[in-house]
Amino acid sequence: MKITVCVKRVPSTAARIRIGADGRSIDEAGVEFVLNPYDEYAVEEALRICEKTAPPGEATVLCFGPDAVTKELRNCLAMGVHAALHVPAPAGDAAARDPLATAQVIAAAIRGAAGGPPDLILFGRQAVDDDGALVGLMVATLLGLPAVPDVTKLTMGAGAVTVEREVEGAVETYEVPLPCVVTAHKGLNDPRLPNMKGIMAAKKKTITTAAAAAAAPASTIESLELPPERKGGRIVGEGAAAVPELLRLLRQEANAL
Amino acid sequence: MPCILAVCEQSEGKLKKVAGEVASEALRQGQASGLPVVAVTIGPGAPSAAAALAPFGVESAGAIEGASVASYSGEAYAAALAAVAQAKGAALVLLGATSFARDLLGRLGALLSSSPASDCIALSFANGAFRARRPVYAGKAILTVGFKATPALASLRPNVFSATKVAGKTTRVETIAAAAAPAKCARRTGRVDAGGGKLELTEAEVIVSGGRGLKTPENFAKLIEPLAAALGGAVGASRAVVDAGWRPHGEQVGQTGKTVAPKLYVACGISGAIQHLAGMRTARTIVAINKDREAPIFKVADYGIVGDVDEVLPALTEQAKALRAAH
Ligand SMILES: Cc1cc2nc3c(=O)[nH]c(=O)nc-3n(C[C@H](O)[C@H](O)[C@H](O)COP(=O)(O)OP(=O)(O)OC[C@H]3O[C@@H](n4cnc5c(N)ncnc54)[C@H](O)[C@@H]3O)c2cc1C
Ligand SMILES: Nc1ncnc2c1ncn2[C@@H]1O[C@H](COP(=O)(O)O)[C@@H](O)[C@H]1O
Repeated sequence: MKITVCVKRVPSTAARIRIGADGRSIDEAGVEFVLNPYDEYAVEEALRICEKTAPPGEATVLCFGPDAVTKELRNCLAMGVHAALHVPAPAGDAAARDPLATAQVIAAAIRGAAGGPPDLILFGRQAVDDDGALVGLMVATLLGLPAVPDVTKLTMGAGAVTVEREVEGAVETYEVPLPCVVTAHKGLNDPRLPNMKGIMAAKKKTITTAAAAAAAPASTIESLELPPERKGGRIVGEGAAAVPELLRLLRQEANAL
Repeated sequence: MPCILAVCEQSEGKLKKVAGEVASEALRQGQASGLPVVAVTIGPGAPSAAAALAPFGVESAGAIEGASVASYSGEAYAAALAAVAQAKGAALVLLGATSFARDLLGRLGALLSSSPASDCIALSFANGAFRARRPVYAGKAILTVGFKATPALASLRPNVFSATKVAGKTTRVETIAAAAAPAKCARRTGRVDAGGGKLELTEAEVIVSGGRGLKTPENFAKLIEPLAAALGGAVGASRAVVDAGWRPHGEQVGQTGKTVAPKLYVACGISGAIQHLAGMRTARTIVAINKDREAPIFKVADYGIVGDVDEVLPALTEQAKALRAAH
């Protein structure tokens, strides 16, 4: 059982977002970068499946990004991932901000990886920087693999996997033949934190650097702006006594009732 | 003849609420670009759903049916939609940003070699090209992107684009045989409704959300649900109460929950953490009820009441009920 997990390095969700000088990207000064929160569920699920299969499966983590991603890759190795593959993207490289180019680079890296194609490829549901929710299913389609997004439950079967995903007002179940792609949503599992043993073991694991891949972006970034400030609201009053005035404002001023 | 393809989501012949929003925005972009609009529906019930697009002024629609799309599969639906987009020479393909588009937009991008723009809040057309504006960094910034490939692909955030009715139009419905599905597909084998008839959070016009300030799970039933019912809205929750097991994850609003853009969002006992704001910042009107005058939520709320939920919510529920009864 060979599993590949694709992970992305993103600003922490608590980071204050300021627009950079180019007006097209954020000012990264002072911003803390972390492993994309949804990708932690994907790494954890890969490790759990590997632990449950006999002989134990092997999980490889893959990231297309600047050299700084080795911190996130090292973090995954410390969680217990067996090997890591870094596909270099020069900082500010347009391909890394384009869904199709990113998917093409990742698909090529997976096709070309030593040891042949994986049985299962896991992604996060979306990256919390561009919020695209695109790359996982794009890679699946480029590789001709079946896939289900936003998975909250996964059960390994013989030659297939059964998964659940939440949709509006319902939970759906899918049967997916292996090899396939799944993107991980909150609730799939509780990601482990690397322990000392893991951190020490990670030091002995290698991060392979693949050849830099080129892919032409299919979109252009015109501008990045802060959202319009919500015009200052006001406190209508205190306690239940303020309710009549609130309802009047909602009806007459905000036309919300 | 290039056109704009409006993919109108339906289930068993009934259009989803966002379908009207997609159809109307497609027609608006059609006027801006001079391109004709073709709406498409797909799967069992597609023809009656397509016919139901007339009130939105859609004059030409395709209903995609066939063995490959008789039961739902992301691979099969994406293959069928991509084939129609190519056959019609689509310059722009629009979907509503629901879980339907989360399963299809990426696949369409790979099949049509185009980078999609997901969850858009505005579209524009200028000197021969479409552009899209979409929230990024959980709504803390707005990105404007251009499309270098054809067709341009975009999903539209629900409740943001208006669905406008147009009188006196009839829709000419053409049935389209769905293209074959790829050899390997994920097939949907089951579907369990979670809480029958409950208003879906992302489609609700009014949402009443509760946070840790409710102090107990029982207070949700006692204070939040009656207010939501009085306002005809859905119930939302902060991550704190979802993680505490008081409310299901499906009700969580925010960074790792749902993103909602209702007409009215009432935040009760919610501090207004950045990750919660990420999910409801684009609501048209925000009301906050919190006993702490300095709670961050008050900086975002249009109207606030400083007070205890135990005291304020029952009064608000009663008077809102009386108001609705009077009208
Ligand atoms: C990666 C990540 C993702 C996250 N995603 C989400 C997300 O999707 N959604 C989300 O909501 N959070 C999310 N969070 C958590 C977020 O940071 C906050 O912890 C959470 O939103 C706080 O919930 P709360 O406002 O209910 O609780 P608190 O922050 O504890 O606020 C409770 C509020 O209730 C008020 N209060 C107390 N008693 C009363 C009373 N009797 N009457 C009136 N008011 C009262 C208090 O003054 C306080 O302001 C995420 C965090 C991280 C790190
Ligand atoms: N540069 C990247 N390298 C590796 N994986 C990525 C990269 N970008 C996105 N992904 C994966 O694709 C998922 C969805 O990303 P997105 O489509 O950008 O929201 C992420 O959660 C990751 O699993």
